[in-house]
Amino acid sequence: MKTARGAAEMAETLDLLAGAPFWVAVLRIATPLILGTLGVLLCERAGVLNLGIEGIMVAGAFAGWVTVYQGGPLWAGVAVAAAVGAAFGLLHAGLTVGLALSQHVSGLAITLLATSLASYAYRVSFPKVDSPPTITPFQPMQWLGVPVLSAQTALTLLALGLVPLIAYALYRTPLGLAIRMVGENPQAAEGQGLSVARLRTGAVVAGSALMGVAGAFLTLAAFNAFYFNMVNGRGWVCVALVVFASWRPGKALLGALLFGFFDALQLRLQQAGDGLFGIDIPYQVYLMLPYAMAIAALVLVARRAAYPQALMKPYRKGER
Amino acid sequence: MRGWRLERRAERSRLALVLAPVAALLATLALTSLLVAWAGAPVGRAYALLLEGGFGSRFAIAETLTRATPLILTGLAAALAFRARLYNIGAEGQLYLGALAAVAVGGLHGGEGFLAAVPVWLLLTAMLLAAAAAGALLLLGPALAKSRLGVDEVVTTLLLNFIVLLLVSAMLDGPMKDPGALGWPQSVAIADALQLDKLVGRSRVHSGLLLALAAALALWALLRWTTLGFEIRAVGANARAAAFAGMPVGAVTVKVALLSGALAGLAGAVEVAGRAGYVTLDMAPGVGYSGIVIAMLAGLHPLGVVAASVFVAGVLVGADSMSRAVNVPTYIADVIVALALISMLVASVAVHYRFPPKRPSAASPRGGAASGPAEPDPRRPLENGARRG
Repeated sequence: MKTARGAAEMAETLDLLAGAPFWVAVLRIATPLILGTLGVLLCERAGVLNLGIEGIMVAGAFAGWVTVYQGGPLWAGVAVAAAVGAAFGLLHAGLTVGLALSQHVSGLAITLLATSLASYAYRVSFPKVDSPPTITPFQPMQWLGVPVLSAQTALTLLALGLVPLIAYALYRTPLGLAIRMVGENPQAAEGQGLSVARLRTGAVVAGSALMGVAGAFLTLAAFNAFYFNMVNGRGWVCVALVVFASWRPGKALLGALLFGFFDALQLRLQQAGDGLFGIDIPYQVYLMLPYAMAIAALVLVARRAAYPQALMKPYRKGER
Repeated sequence: MRGWRLERRAERSRLALVLAPVAALLATLALTSLLVAWAGAPVGRAYALLLEGGFGSRFAIAETLTRATPLILTGLAAALAFRARLYNIGAEGQLYLGALAAVAVGGLHGGEGFLAAVPVWLLLTAMLLAAAAAGALLLLGPALAKSRLGVDEVVTTLLLNFIVLLLVSAMLDGPMKDPGALGWPQSVAIADALQLDKLVGRSRVHSGLLLALAAALALWALLRWTTLGFEIRAVGANARAAAFAGMPVGAVTVKVALLSGALAGLAGAVEVAGRAGYVTLDMAPGVGYSGIVIAMLAGLHPLGVVAASVFVAGVLVGADSMSRAVNVPTYIADVIVALALISMLVASVAVHYRFPPKRPSAASPRGGAASGPAEPDPRRPLENGARRG
C-alpha cells in the first residue's frame, strides 16, 4: 500500500515539474541570486571578499522600494538601489583596499550597518503601520511571447543579460584581464603599471551595485512591499554559489538556476502538504533544504575550488 | 589613490592607544546624531536618555549586565575562533542549539520523580555540559570541512544558523512544544530548581554572569600560559609557519572549534536557565552576531570582550529606554554598534600605521629625492642602508 501511495505521489510531483508555473517560479527565485552572485563574483575576482552582501541587499530592497513609494518610476528605484549598493561598496573598498583591514570583519560590519540603517530608516519613515505599505511592482513581460520568460519582469531579463556581458568583460577585455590580475597577483599587476587600489575599488563598487539591485528585485518585482527579514540569507547563499560556480559567470547562472529549482521544488512539496512517501514532515524541514543544498554544494566542489589567489589578502604597496 | 601607502609604525604611542577608542566613540556619536535628528528627537536629550537608560541607575546597570551575560560568552566564542583564524560566524546557531540541548536535559521530560531522584547540581552540570557539547558539535562539522577539505567556514557556519533556527522552530512546534502555551511557539520549561540564582534582589542579573566572567578569565589564561594557547596564537599569526614548525594545525583548528562552539552553546543554556526558563525563537535575537562585533571591538582579547559586551549591552538597553521616551526607533542601537565597530577599525589603523607624505618636501632634513620612499622603513634597515650608501 505504502509504495503504491509513494508512487502516486511521485507521479504527481513529476506532473508538477512539467508545468510552466513551476519553471516560472524557478526563474523568479533565481533572479536575485543571479544578480547577487554576479556581484560577489566581481568583487572576489578582484581579490575582495564582500560579506556585506546580505546587508547591501536589505538596503537595496529598502532604497528601491522607498523611491518608488515616494512616486519615483520603477527604474529610478532600481537606480537608487544600485547607487546605495555602490555607496556601501565604496565604504567596503575604503576599509579593505584603502586601509587594508580584514575583509571578513569589514564585510560583516557593513552587513550590520546596512541592515540596521535600512530598518531604522523604515521605522522613521513609517512609525506606525500595521501592514507594510505597498507599491505597484514591475509587471510580467507578456509582450515577449516566450513561454517561461514572458511571465518574468524586466529585471530578470536584465539579470540574464548581465551574465554574458560580465563574462565578456572579464575574459575578453583589457579591463577584465586587469581585474582578474589584481585578484590573482596584485604585485604583478602593479608591475604592469596597473593601480591595484583603483581596480579593486572599482570592482567592489560595481559588484555591490549589483547586490543592491538584487535586493531591489525583492521589493520591486518579487513582492510589492518591504519586510524586515525578506533577504533571509539569500546574500550568504550567493557567496556559496560563487564558490560552486568556480568564479565563472556562466556557471554562476547555472548554480543560481539549480538553487532556484530546489527552492521551488521544496515550496511545491511543502504546499502538497501530505509529506513525502506517506511520512509527515514538518514544513521547517523543507525550508532547511535550500541552505543544506548550498552547504552540500560547497563541500562537493571544495577539492577543486580554484579561489582567486589573492582573495582575502589585503595588498599594501611595497609590502610582500 | 595612486600615491596611497600605509606604513607600519615602528612604535605605537601610548597616547594614541588611549585616544583611538575615544575618538572612535566620538565619531560614532557624531554620525548617529544625524540619524537621531532626522527622527525628530533632540540629540542631546536622546544621548542623555541613552546613557541613563543603560548605566544611570541600579536597575539600568542590572539590566545591562543581564544583557551582557550571553554577549560575553558569544564574544569569547568569536574572539577565540578568530584568534586562530577560524571565522566562526555561527555563534547564533550554536547558541540556539545549546538552548535546545539545555531544555532537552533540564526540561521535565523525566517527570517530577526524575528530578527528585537526581541531585540538582548533577542535573545542572549535565544541562550546561549538554549545551556546550551541542554548540561544539555544531561547529565541528565546518571546522573539519575547513581543515580536511578546505571548505570556507564563513559560509557554512552562516548557513547553519538558518538551518538551526528552522530546527528550533520545528522543535517548538513538535517534540519540545509547551502544551500549556496556548499555541505560542515556546518550549517546555526547565525544572524550577535548575533556574540560575539571582545575584541581586529585585533584578534579573543571574549567576550566569559569574560563569561568563570565569570563562573570560579562563580563556585569557589559556591563551597566555598554555601550550594550546601558544599554538592557537601561532596558527592565527601564520598557519603555514606554524605547520612548518611542526604544529598540528588541523588539530588546533578542531580544538579551537570545539571550545568556541562550546562557549556559544553555553550562552544558550545560560539564557534559558538565567532568564525565561524555556526556548523561544526570539529569546536571543542577534546575540551570536553581536558576539562577533564584540570580539572585534575587544581586539580579540578575552578580558576586552567583557568590557565590549557591557558597552554593547548598555547601548542596547539604553536605546530601548530612549526609544520609549523620545520616539527614536530602537534600531539606532544596531546602527551605533555597527558604526562603533567601523570607527574602531579605522582608529586601529591610525594607531598602527601612518600615512607617509606623498611627495617629500625639499626642506626635509634628509633632502628627500623625487622618487623612492621618503622615510626609511624601520623594518628594513639593510635596505635603507643600502639605498643611502
